Amino acid sequence: MRVAVSFAGVVKRFGAFIALDGISLDIGAGEFFGLLGPNGAGKTTLISCLAGLARPDEGRITVLGHDVERDYRTARRLLGIVPQELVFDPFFSVRETLRIQSAYFGLRRNDDWIDEILHHLDLSDKADTNMRRLSGGMKRRVLVAQALVHRPPVIVLDEPTAGVDVELRQGLWRFIRRLNEDGHTIILTTHYLEEAETLCGRIALMKRGRILALDSTANLLARFSGHALVLKLAAGQSLPALLQPYCRAVRGDEVELALERLDALEGVLATLRQAGVGVADLRLQPPDLEDVFMRIVGLPEATP
Amino acid sequence: MSGHGSGFAALFQKELLRFWRVAFQTVAAPVLTALLYLLIFSHVLEADRRIHGVPYTAFLVPGLVMMAVLQNAFANSSSSLIQAKVTGSIIFVLLPPISHAAFFWAFVAAAALRGLVVGLGVWLVTLPFVQVWPAQPLWALLFALLGGACLGAVGVIAGIWAEKFDQLAAFQNFLVLPLTMLSGVFYSIHSLPPFWQAVSHYNPVFYMIDGFRHGCFGVSDVAPLQSLAVLAASFAALALLTLSLLKRGWKLRT
Repeated sequence: MRVAVSFAGVVKRFGAFIALDGISLDIGAGEFFGLLGPNGAGKTTLISCLAGLARPDEGRITVLGHDVERDYRTARRLLGIVPQELVFDPFFSVRETLRIQSAYFGLRRNDDWIDEILHHLDLSDKADTNMRRLSGGMKRRVLVAQALVHRPPVIVLDEPTAGVDVELRQGLWRFIRRLNEDGHTIILTTHYLEEAETLCGRIALMKRGRILALDSTANLLARFSGHALVLKLAAGQSLPALLQPYCRAVRGDEVELALERLDALEGVLATLRQAGVGVADLRLQPPDLEDVFMRIVGLPEATP
Repeated sequence: MSGHGSGFAALFQKELLRFWRVAFQTVAAPVLTALLYLLIFSHVLEADRRIHGVPYTAFLVPGLVMMAVLQNAFANSSSSLIQAKVTGSIIFVLLPPISHAAFFWAFVAAAALRGLVVGLGVWLVTLPFVQVWPAQPLWALLFALLGGACLGAVGVIAGIWAEKFDQLAAFQNFLVLPLTMLSGVFYSIHSLPPFWQAVSHYNPVFYMIDGFRHGCFGVSDVAPLQSLAVLAASFAALALLTLSLLKRGWKLRT
């Protein structure tokens, strides 16, 4: 595996607070990688260290082999960062913003590529509009465009779809996916677990500055999340005592049972039959990342 | 000064475009203020008063021009940085491979240029009232450029240091404004009591204005070479300080 981004023993402290507690992680070239974790897990601090916005107290970070501190000029050329905050420069139009950003990377004649990005992000008709007059979703797309002006091989998106409506989100992901298929490495932090589940090939789960789990999305789902069996019991009947330990949730007249493996289903149905409990309805739910997330991170309630 | 592709040219152009976009506020407004000073002070104080053999109104012009240069150079770099920090758009210049030296020179050069543009504007609007034709234009330009660069560098430090607009306003009102006002803009320091004359010699802004006045009239309170030496030393010190702060990422990179 050619390594696109490497974190080696990265520690970052803010006073007594340890934001990153020895992060070691290699992300391969061409990967679509997810960085997940609750607020305060250290995801954005890790991205900031990668981008040179923060300086780690210990450890080393490289982008395609280039140290982000010693060889920052090359490292930053290889990186496109979409920041979490919805920021913009109110003095300029969309096209001016992108031209200026290109020039910062030493690209003077970049209009063909700028037009292409604008087209893919559905911003062509806003090219000459001042940044102040754009909606939040459009400003977000300009931030994505700004991160792409210099055609970086590694693209980092820090919560890119917060506040973006569903339609735009789909369009954005189509574009990012295409970039990934073209060979770009994508690193994504997100709160939307469905997004990570459908997009990311590999995921790191972070909490309190540490990586709690690191595996392919499929393995994580298989390892930490079984199927769920949702039962609607016949009127007036309740779950047999034998099955109580598997009960994960009760919603109205529905109970949700955790199945570690699919073949456990037979046993559940046999137990119900023996107890004489009738089943009005039944459905099987596939494992999902939210489940994995909750189990590993141990949050009491779902994050948005 | 800065290597090819270091980001200097791009950042410099962007800084110029930024103030030019709002020229009414960044150029026209300070020109009007200076014109009001000229009209009011010359009306109140003219009465055959001469300084260094020059009528008072004419004496006032270089002071007003230089005050405009200095205050606007400071305002340019400091307000650009505080605005970018408060809105978060500072990230757009922190993510690209812009060296700390390119960052410094771009902000300082744009600040000095804004100062020169406003200074030129002040000189032009005073022409209908009093004609001051620089006796030694190159001296005048040199002092305006160096003075603007000094205050541009101070503006970079202030803009990075301040976390809120009111902190920057305090810096401007309690440091920059008194230093420029009490530096011989409106008077020759020879008219001051000896103690305050001595104090004025510790104010680097005094040398900026005195040197510039030399460029205009060929006469000044101190020798122009002495002023130039003080100014060059001040700029060197400010540049070294600012460059070292930027290199460390002081208050910009955590």
